[in-house]
Amino acid sequence: MIEVENLTKKYGDLVAVKNLSFKVEKGKIWGLLGPNAAGKTTTMRILTGYLPATDGKASVADYDVFEKPNDVKKITGYLPENVPIYPEMTVHSYLNFVSEIKQIPASQRKEAVEKAVEISGLETVQRRLIKNISRGFKQRVGIAQALIHNPQVLVLDEPTIGLDPAQIIEIRQLIKSLKGKRTILLSTHILAEVTQTCDGVVIINEGNLMASGSLEELTASFKEKEGVLIKLKKGGKSILSLLQKIRGVDKVSAVGDEFKIEWTEGKGVRDEITKLVVDKELGLIEMRPLAMNIEDLYLKVISGGVNQ
Amino acid sequence: MKNIWAICKKEIKTYFTSPIAYVVITVFLVLIGFFFYSLIWWFNSQSLQMAQNQYYYQQLNINQMVYSPLFHNMSIILLLMVPLLTMRLFSEEKKRQTDELLFTSPISVNQIILGKYFASLLVLLVMLSLTGILSIFVFSYGNPELAPILSGYLGLFLVGAAFLAVGIFFSSLTENQIVSAILTFGALLLFWILNWASYSAGGMWKSVLNYLSFFQHFDDMTRGILDTTDVVYYLSFIFLGLFLTHSVIQSRRWR
Repeated sequence: MIEVENLTKKYGDLVAVKNLSFKVEKGKIWGLLGPNAAGKTTTMRILTGYLPATDGKASVADYDVFEKPNDVKKITGYLPENVPIYPEMTVHSYLNFVSEIKQIPASQRKEAVEKAVEISGLETVQRRLIKNISRGFKQRVGIAQALIHNPQVLVLDEPTIGLDPAQIIEIRQLIKSLKGKRTILLSTHILAEVTQTCDGVVIINEGNLMASGSLEELTASFKEKEGVLIKLKKGGKSILSLLQKIRGVDKVSAVGDEFKIEWTEGKGVRDEITKLVVDKELGLIEMRPLAMNIEDLYLKVISGGVNQ
Repeated sequence: MKNIWAICKKEIKTYFTSPIAYVVITVFLVLIGFFFYSLIWWFNSQSLQMAQNQYYYQQLNINQMVYSPLFHNMSIILLLMVPLLTMRLFSEEKKRQTDELLFTSPISVNQIILGKYFASLLVLLVMLSLTGILSIFVFSYGNPELAPILSGYLGLFLVGAAFLAVGIFFSSLTENQIVSAILTFGALLLFWILNWASYSAGGMWKSVLNYLSFFQHFDDMTRGILDTTDVVYYLSFIFLGLFLTHSVIQSRRWR
């Protein structure tokens, strides 16, 4: 649905995006992840036709962004980083204006505005001036604006920035509810957002592609060791050495009041550990698999730069 | 056309929901009212004096003595007001980053420019039509010629439209509204006084400078002379202004 091939964008001498390639399949939510100034916004601006690229190809739903920009714009909803709102307009008249410039036929405009208001939960503020509504509502107006022409593709630039935790959860749920019908590319530097909403992720840094793939693929490829974290009633060095003696275990370390046990993949040491704990009556409180989370992945990718 | 109208409608709403349009129109009307009053007063006193002499009395012409100077005054005030009407058109979009919405919507840059331009033309039209009230007094108490008045108004409209095209161009150059207004004002004034330089210039330069000056083309129209070269001059000025605006916007995005 969204395809980027060797995309390069230069601002004078500054290279914002360098040879970027990735693909988002239809109906999926992908996250564009990277530190500040990584080139996330530039990539999104190119995809939505706001900026031309210096080199490379980009297409949305088989329409080339540079050759058929109007076709792309018709099927793409875009929420820029700074919500493009006119403070002196009411929410309703703003959405009405957007419905006009997004080429919604006059007969369907009223319905489109009503639907966008409903999806984004703006019923209570639709007659108020945009300058008088809260940050959270402004962000929702931005989402309503992106959704109004029922686009197949949504490009959201940091959709949850500046919101309070409750609003962040609401917006995330809203984005998740759009999954399946629409293809979504969202940028963020909140790592939890990616694990909670996205199917796949593209990690970029300083304009370079660092990694891309579905979450499972990525975590699997970066995971070198398997392991568990266990929490016991008893503690101390003796237990550490006891755990060390289990066959196959490579490394045991104390992490706070927990023990981190690691072993090389595929040996199934878990049973051995359980047996030991039960036999020696160590008082097991908790035992959970040691999963590599997105944060580890991100830091690893950003610092190491392993291409996928 | 539909898209141009959508942009135009939004701009008109912005003009009239913010105080800008009201303030500009009111100040314009107050000043014009004052000029009109003093010109009529002067014309009256001249009439009283010349009533003694049959020959001079016939020389009195309200078109030449009231309307012609009034149109000149109006054009100068337009020169001061137009930068205030155009300064926000593109500067504000850029500053608020609402241009991202416009340029990622399926409408062309030309449609955006024309929509904004037509909205500012409409405000100009409102300003000029409201001064028509003054003519009601003149027509009910005197008998001026209609044709020169109409050609004068046409001239004013063309001058104003050319001013607006220059203003919209400077608005596309900067995201600072004050800078945009000052640049517009400076450019307009320069084109206005270009013919001063022609007094000292000679040969070809004299006619070139004269041709480029706003003043020269407008002067004929206030006296009821409608020449196509004057109309073409203003139309080409408008076209140039809008064309440059388009180039600026496109080049910004390509840089």
